Amino acid sequence: MKNNLENFNGWLQKQSAIKNINLRSVNMEKKLFWNKLKNEYIGRGFAVFCGLIIIVLTLSIIIFIASKGINTFIKWRYPITEFLFTSNWAPDSSNPKLGAAIFFVGSILVSVGAVIISAPIGIALAVFMHYISPKVGSKILQPSLELFVGIPSVVYGWVGFSVLLPFLKRGFGGIGFSLIAGILVLSIMILPTIASISADAVKTIPKSYMEASYGLGATRWQTISRVIIPSAKSGILTGVVLGLARAFGEALAVQMVIGNTVKFPGNLLSPTSTLTSILTMDMGNTVSGTAWNDALWSLALFLLIISFMFIIIIRAIEKRSEIK
Amino acid sequence: MDAKVKDKILTGVLYAVTFFIVALLVALIGYILFKGKGFLKPSFLFGSAKFGEAGGGIGPQLFNSFYMLIVALIISVPFGIGGGIYLAEYARKGKLLNMIRLCIETMSSLPSIVVGLFGLLIFVNMTGWGFTLLSGALAISILNLPALTRVSENAIRIASIPVKEASLGLGATRWQTISKVVLPSAIPQILTGIILASGRIFGEAAALLYTAGMSAPKLNFSYVSLIDNGSAFSLMRPAETIAVYIWKLNSEGMVPDAAQIANKASAVLVIMVLLFNFLARVLGRKIYESYTGKK
Repeated sequence: MKNNLENFNGWLQKQSAIKNINLRSVNMEKKLFWNKLKNEYIGRGFAVFCGLIIIVLTLSIIIFIASKGINTFIKWRYPITEFLFTSNWAPDSSNPKLGAAIFFVGSILVSVGAVIISAPIGIALAVFMHYISPKVGSKILQPSLELFVGIPSVVYGWVGFSVLLPFLKRGFGGIGFSLIAGILVLSIMILPTIASISADAVKTIPKSYMEASYGLGATRWQTISRVIIPSAKSGILTGVVLGLARAFGEALAVQMVIGNTVKFPGNLLSPTSTLTSILTMDMGNTVSGTAWNDALWSLALFLLIISFMFIIIIRAIEKRSEIK
Repeated sequence: MDAKVKDKILTGVLYAVTFFIVALLVALIGYILFKGKGFLKPSFLFGSAKFGEAGGGIGPQLFNSFYMLIVALIISVPFGIGGGIYLAEYARKGKLLNMIRLCIETMSSLPSIVVGLFGLLIFVNMTGWGFTLLSGALAISILNLPALTRVSENAIRIASIPVKEASLGLGATRWQTISKVVLPSAIPQILTGIILASGRIFGEAAALLYTAGMSAPKLNFSYVSLIDNGSAFSLMRPAETIAVYIWKLNSEGMVPDAAQIANKASAVLVIMVLLFNFLARVLGRKIYESYTGKK
């Protein structure tokens, strides 16, 4: 009997001890959770939120611009082929004509022109920076390129307007405002992009390639033109496409020097318009809901689509070079 | 042609191209500063614009540019660093990460005018605010976010290599490790990125034309309010920056000395950009020295 009682008392004590431990561990868990919340979850939540917001922002930019941009084709039932491939632009007449081909052609001409000037120079600078004189390259050329990037586009536009236009007018006649003025201004603006990305590409070429080429008796130029540039091809191409994208999207500098006349350029010296220049000029003058305004939003949508296409092209280039 | 001669000639050509580009930059900056001489005069830097007569200044625009810069940084820096932390520390390989990378690439290649138009749609029309400083700052933040995220990601990756495991081994959580150990040592590099971004924000105009507007009301510094339009510090007033002002002078030209004002304002912008670049460079050197243990 006594034994039983003692056993029972022992059992009771044990139980309460277990209970205490349990209680303590629940408390511990609670405390741990709060600690974890304070020290980990809130911070992690914020970081994840910041990552997700990038997706949300990108998607909402696409969705909102698209929802305005498709009005031309849905609300006004304007055929998309006519919008893209005809050049009758009379958006304010009672029966609006929205042929926007001039702007597409203008944008393509001006940005391709800029790349044609800028790409060889940019590649030359990249090669110079690493193979001809790395010292001058890192001490002078690199900082210069960074400054070129830093100069705001309105300043480029303004200098183009006040220096380049009078010069063109005196030298070649015409009114100064011209396709070539836009090309020249843009070619300076995209030069740093092409040069610095090409430089990165050239930098990664293994030294052994060069040594092998020298060992075979090749001169420096032969090595550069036959070994280094071909092996850095895809990186250089990425730089060129990025430069093209930047030229395509640049607005104010181009708008200030290209003349903004709505017609195809007859030659390099005649004025024209681009997608960005017409958007800059007219978006403020039009009333929301009119065919004119909606057509401008469609141009913005195409600008967005084209810049997206450049990204896809760059990704394709990178993928191809990885496979090799 | 002899290969050696060709080599010599083309090396010469490369030297010539490089020399030409550097000379072009010197000439460009020299020309802007020379044409804009007198831009340091207080009557120009702090005077307000005049209509129809010569001698106006850029006081309000200058203030707006700085204020816009600060507001845009306050908005975009936390998100940029947060995004950087996520990408460097938390994100796991997979579809989500691919999607984020694609979005960053897309955002960073968006033409700034498109971002401006998005701002017009959302921050100006949909919110009903009209042209405000806040709308402009938000648009610029969008423009700036991808670059900031990328800079922070790289900085955090580099800074975390030597210390991360030690900190985790002492029982710190990941967030504690990031916020108390990694981030402080990554800050200088992030700061360099922020300064370079500041230069870009300062000169941005296309994204602001249709978000912050093209008018600069007189500024009243006598009281501080973030929403009352009477105050200079109001976020809800139109705020034309220097860069937008240069564009407006060029396209509208309401004053007889528009060209001169544009010249001087360009000089101010270029000086600011030089300053930002110089700051970033000095800071970059400091970081390099501290990493390599020279100091």
